[in-house]
Amino acid sequence: MHPVIKLVAQRIALGILLLFAASILIFAGTMMLPGDVAQQILGQSATPESLANLRAELGLNDPPVTRYFQWLGGFLQGDLGTALTNGRDIADSVGTRLKNTLFLAFWAAVISVPLAITLGLVAVRYKNRWPDKLISAVTLTTISIPEFMIGYILIFVLAIQLPAWINAAEFLGDPMQQWLLSNFRFSSVALINDSMSLIDKIKSITIPIMVLTLVVLAHMMRMTRAAILNVMQSAYIETAELKGMAMLKIIRKHAFPNAIAPIVNVVMINMAYLVVGVVVVEVVFAYPGMGQYLVDHVSKRDVPVVQACGLIFAAVYIGLNLIADVVSILANPRLRHPK
Amino acid sequence: MKNDLKHLTGEVAAGNMTRREFVARAAALGVTAAVANSMLAKQAQADGHATPVAGGTFRMGVQGGESTNTQDPATWASDVPIAIGQLWGETLVEVEADGSLTGLVAESWEGSADASTWTFKIRENCMFSNGNAVTAEDVMQTMERHSNEDSKSGALGIMKGIKAMSVDGMNFVVELETGNADLPYLMADYHLMIQPGGGMDDPAAAIGTGAYVMEDFEPGVRATATRRDDYWGGDQTQTAHYDRVEVIVLNDATARTAALQSGQVDTINRVEPKIAKLLDRAPTLSVQNVSGRGHYVFIAHIDTAPFDNNDLRLALKYAMNRQEMVDKILQGYGGVGNDMPINAAYPLFDDTIPQREFSLEKAAEHYKKSGHDGSPIILRTADGAFPGAVDAAALFQQSCQAAGIPLEVKREPNDGYWSEVWNVQPFCCSYWGGRPVQDQMYATAYLSTADWNDTRWKRDEFDAMLLEARAELDEAKRKEIYSKMGRMLREEGGLILPMFNDFIDAVSNDVLGFEGDPNGPQMNWYAFKKTWKAA
Repeated sequence: MHPVIKLVAQRIALGILLLFAASILIFAGTMMLPGDVAQQILGQSATPESLANLRAELGLNDPPVTRYFQWLGGFLQGDLGTALTNGRDIADSVGTRLKNTLFLAFWAAVISVPLAITLGLVAVRYKNRWPDKLISAVTLTTISIPEFMIGYILIFVLAIQLPAWINAAEFLGDPMQQWLLSNFRFSSVALINDSMSLIDKIKSITIPIMVLTLVVLAHMMRMTRAAILNVMQSAYIETAELKGMAMLKIIRKHAFPNAIAPIVNVVMINMAYLVVGVVVVEVVFAYPGMGQYLVDHVSKRDVPVVQACGLIFAAVYIGLNLIADVVSILANPRLRHPK
Repeated sequence: MKNDLKHLTGEVAAGNMTRREFVARAAALGVTAAVANSMLAKQAQADGHATPVAGGTFRMGVQGGESTNTQDPATWASDVPIAIGQLWGETLVEVEADGSLTGLVAESWEGSADASTWTFKIRENCMFSNGNAVTAEDVMQTMERHSNEDSKSGALGIMKGIKAMSVDGMNFVVELETGNADLPYLMADYHLMIQPGGGMDDPAAAIGTGAYVMEDFEPGVRATATRRDDYWGGDQTQTAHYDRVEVIVLNDATARTAALQSGQVDTINRVEPKIAKLLDRAPTLSVQNVSGRGHYVFIAHIDTAPFDNNDLRLALKYAMNRQEMVDKILQGYGGVGNDMPINAAYPLFDDTIPQREFSLEKAAEHYKKSGHDGSPIILRTADGAFPGAVDAAALFQQSCQAAGIPLEVKREPNDGYWSEVWNVQPFCCSYWGGRPVQDQMYATAYLSTADWNDTRWKRDEFDAMLLEARAELDEAKRKEIYSKMGRMLREEGGLILPMFNDFIDAVSNDVLGFEGDPNGPQMNWYAFKKTWKAA
């Protein structure tokens, strides 16, 4: 068997074991939180009678182990069950939320990954000169500011102040002002739903995409820069230079292919972050993604939903890591054709 | 600039300036024509010669929604489900801003002489959105669902005094164990939405008698509803003027204000006191605050040491700098409390009860008299207890320290606060939303048998007075009893009540007809029905 296929098979088997372990951890974790789902649903208005009634209705009086295996049995048959809190079908609700999360992550990745790698290459080309320093300074600044702060700043500038500035800029003339107002309309609330066209959807998430791009840019850019610089120390690069090859061509043809493995790793980590770690951005922009959905259900101790979300997140991490490893192997002839 | 504009709109109203001149002058101040026109419309409304306009979409940005919310009225506990529920559902009656009652599903109601039997006459022309007419049977089944033994309804507590219910043609009859002159007020509770068949089969179907029908409901994200043609209250020129209402869940305070400022929503609830004055300076919107019955409290269990000593409780009460709390925690958007859960927003309030003043000397004196051993008194708080609760606890600690009282603040996580700390730990921060009438407020938390008696206030004498007032139809006598009860609680209770908080909403100038309602934010969640947009 080809070593890559063997590795993928091994990793998938291990991944399934890991998911199983994760489900036990998540279940145990939600059990350890104070209060149960009945108390959380009724909140301050709970009375002992209404609590007892709700517990009986939700089947909370069974021992935890029984409940875990009931859940696992359903899950193995592809039944995610219904949410304890509102009785909705979990597969349906998670499906919509996951779609939204992937939509935002996809567009953020489409913009940030090529941008980060290009900036990394430019930084290497102009190493220690002003373009390199400017790129590093800007990206390190944006990664150092908390993401909600970047979000608020962009909302303030683009969604609130920009229309006011355009209104005040009378020298542009009325048609120009109207055109700018209708085409540069940034929305501070990133609500999307199925009835919207693709363009409308992207328009409504413009600011969140900018925020996420600014947040993940530095990590990938710095790693690209470091990995390529590392390769640039090699003897064969010196040879290429002595041959008289152009600098950009050396980077592109000789240095970059050898730096792919570390770059892909950091790109995958950031993509995983874009899927599982953006709850703060979701809250700031009221975006209906997985993060807010998970947090709401954790705070209500709605175990089946927490399990479903937790497993999806874990699967995303495991899957992206697997892709990173496979790409590293394929990018390296020595690993691709082991002796 | 805003004052200049206000002056200009006044000039137009007085006839000293034409609309065209106004728009030109406003433009000179950097205001667009659209904003200028909406300011004029606002002024016209203020002058009282505006008629409601039918049509448009009303978009509300609301705090307090989760993806775990449902459309079952029995489970509602936060603002978003309540806001959405008012769109499709109606209770028997509603409480108006002036404290009077108006019939919704009930056309009229009448109590027996001893207030122990109440008859509600159901409207003949009132239809559910599924096309069926409302019957007294539906009403009774609704009440049964919220009061029977397996109910998990938040209204279970207020349904306790009901002995029997029956139907007589279009009349719904309630018999009580003891007389209660305020029973119709209890029927305005937002849980008690009248549903077909009482909602027994499908409690979350969102079918009711409201002016709107649900179009889309994504828990924790948004809900939309469209106007019904067959609403009993009349057509769109008469009531519920909008074609469509959208409720958008905006839990983050900054996201809420940004959405309003950028015109993505028409109104928001829960403006943070610390930014309310700044926000009000924006020319396209106004901040609307109204003093309500909700209050922020520090509650001690009077059956647990050291709070079982009334001198210690008085020491804590005197050490509370109420004005400072209102100024710093509410930024002036509220009023000082008097250690009783009742204020002037309640009917039958006695304003001759003396206000408790901040006095370090009296606090020290009572503390000394209490003979407390000087061990730390632990006050538990959390951000979620009420907005600013952690800061309020720190301020209280400082004034206690000045009086020589060793108060120690322990910060608890928000998560689990209502199940693990409130009503469990002997001294903590909390809040109450207030109730429409005194009887309901006292019965909810100060009756010996109340489930939510969070100060463990158990006095037979007090209970007897509450029942006596409840059945008393002579208002002067009732007022006197309530006054006595308030004074008793103020003197001996475990309730330290420094402040009543305002409801602070912000509303776009495009929205006309918005007025504060002490019963709740967003005109007690009837803003969608009572406001309209300028044409």
